[in-house]
Amino acid sequence: MSEMDNRPMLLEVDNLQTHFRTMDGVNRAVDGVSFHVRSGETLAIVGESGCGKSVTAMSILRLIPEPPGKIAGAIRFQGKDLLKASDREMRDIRGNEISMIFQEPMTSLNPVLTNGQQIGETLRLHQGMSAQQAEARAIEMLKLVGIPEPERRVREYPHQLSGGMRQRVMIAIALACNPKLLIADEPTTALDVTIQAQILDLMRDLKTSVGAAIVIITHDLGVVAEVAERVVVMYAGRKVEEARVGDLFRTPRHPYTQGLLGSVPKLGSSLTGETTRLAEIPGLVPSLKQRIPGCVFATRCPKVTELCRAVPPALQEKAPGHIAACHYAEVEGVAAA
Amino acid sequence: MTKRVLEVSDLKKHFPIRGGLLGGTVGYVYAVDGVSFHIDQGETLSLVGESGCGKSTVGKSVLRLFPLTSGQVVLNGKRIDDMSTGTLRPLRRQIQVVFQDPFSSLNPRLRVREILAEPIRNFGLANSEAEIDEKVGQLMDKVRLPRDAVNRWPHEFSGGQRQRICIARALAAEPDIIVCDEAVSALDVSVKAQIVNLLQDLQAELGLAMLFISHDLAIVEHMTHRVAVMYLGQIVEVADRKQLFGAPRHPYTEALLSAVPVPMPGAARERIVLQGDVPSPIKPPPGCRFHTRCPYAFDRCRKEVPRLQDNGAGHQAACHLHDLPAEQNPLLNKAPPTAFRAA
Repeated sequence: MSEMDNRPMLLEVDNLQTHFRTMDGVNRAVDGVSFHVRSGETLAIVGESGCGKSVTAMSILRLIPEPPGKIAGAIRFQGKDLLKASDREMRDIRGNEISMIFQEPMTSLNPVLTNGQQIGETLRLHQGMSAQQAEARAIEMLKLVGIPEPERRVREYPHQLSGGMRQRVMIAIALACNPKLLIADEPTTALDVTIQAQILDLMRDLKTSVGAAIVIITHDLGVVAEVAERVVVMYAGRKVEEARVGDLFRTPRHPYTQGLLGSVPKLGSSLTGETTRLAEIPGLVPSLKQRIPGCVFATRCPKVTELCRAVPPALQEKAPGHIAACHYAEVEGVAAA
Repeated sequence: MTKRVLEVSDLKKHFPIRGGLLGGTVGYVYAVDGVSFHIDQGETLSLVGESGCGKSTVGKSVLRLFPLTSGQVVLNGKRIDDMSTGTLRPLRRQIQVVFQDPFSSLNPRLRVREILAEPIRNFGLANSEAEIDEKVGQLMDKVRLPRDAVNRWPHEFSGGQRQRICIARALAAEPDIIVCDEAVSALDVSVKAQIVNLLQDLQAELGLAMLFISHDLAIVEHMTHRVAVMYLGQIVEVADRKQLFGAPRHPYTEALLSAVPVPMPGAARERIVLQGDVPSPIKPPPGCRFHTRCPYAFDRCRKEVPRLQDNGAGHQAACHLHDLPAEQNPLLNKAPPTAFRAA
């Protein structure tokens, strides 16, 4: 790599496989995904519904019920394999060292507890704070995430808040114990654009002030471009491309990423006269219940050949720091394997 | 001369809030509060705005899915807002709808053939079963689904395919206008592009008018002719696509455009982050409804309601700033929020 990232390694996911046993066969929701996150880094995982991005996030925190789920591979957090950790150890990690923000702020807060109680719960559990200490810290957290009148809001219930405010409370809960890693699963998808802008701004500010690493899971390429440093593109349970955000948008190397970028209209298109047809990716995502012999994207790829249908392409460094799984992606600046 | 398909004037829809001891009306949700617009043949008008702004209520009102509080809706020259449901029935053929969620808007107990044959039969558009079959086949071709799929059930299709069935069902009635209420919002990126392209092709082929209700501004800019921006039950700005996206004349539009994340990392542009949330439509603020969040609000905005004013080029906005001398107007003389340089 040309620019070495010297930040210490925080999370290493190695050949993660999360399969679900179903009535009509095994669903390979995540099938051999590897990536890493360094301290303080923001990594985005993008893909369409069913690509396995949320299951990947849930697997890291071991929130997948087993059975019917089955997680294999290794998830090393600060060198420790979470898949080998006991349930007790996992409880100490969840909400403390790794925390998560979910998509639906409406349903992920408990309606019968006050905002303060929900923020304080993690503090009392993980840091042994008293009720008073926890409330004081909860007020501090609400202030940090930009909720006006935190002293009043801390005693209110989630239904008294708007969607954007509830997502701020979710973020306050997630950050209360100063986690080293924050996993945000579609944190702004349920919000309006002006509120989304507020939350993205908040996440960027908090990243500098709190210093947690973030894994953001989204299908919105605009959000990726705004917050991420590095991007993993997933398709049908596999990682198909990984690159620094600028490289990915400038020179996408996998045909799926190229198709994805071509299929979103860009704001300002009417001014530049670029209002041509949108690029379509024909066809559908393949079923994950059958083993796919070759490349997972072969059924929809415009450049498909016999080789693609028969032999799965290996993830290969196509340019410095830029990995793609395609037999035909151009290679630049690195010695071809 | 293009035909005017839909004309809406001063449309209001207030939903009563029941409460109190006797269950009387204790207030109203001012969901739509004085909205006017028109759509011509072959034209797409988009209604954009955030959740709760009343855009879907406008769509349902012009479809007459509920009675209106006041205002006029003229469909192909006929007033339909005060028509009895019986008289309206045959006219419903002219205006059809595609909803957001293709999973809940198809009857799971009907085969695709029956779903598409229903409007044809209902409006007497075919004389024999053979003719119905032929029409159903043509509809499948139009939305690019295989003809032999007509004997399958809705659950056998993916989200994008189901949305194609919903579009085919809307087309089955041979309408003049289609209301698309967030019709592509629930779809995945790559499927969304397929449906957007299909809608554009169908419009070109059939000369349909379209009322496209959406919160996705990039899609709206891509596929519409004119855009109306709604805030708290009112239209605050209407213009051609190029005018609106190139030089917005309302502070809300400006902020909305600047808030959309663009798929260009490091793109340099100025972002206006609005403070606070949308106020409740039960108690809309006095004066300009946007003044509580507007970065440029001054005294007059808190007292006086701004009217939609034309700038002389067909670009209408409801904002007091345009009564100020041009050099004092913060909306003018600056780069549009949609123009950015890639880093």
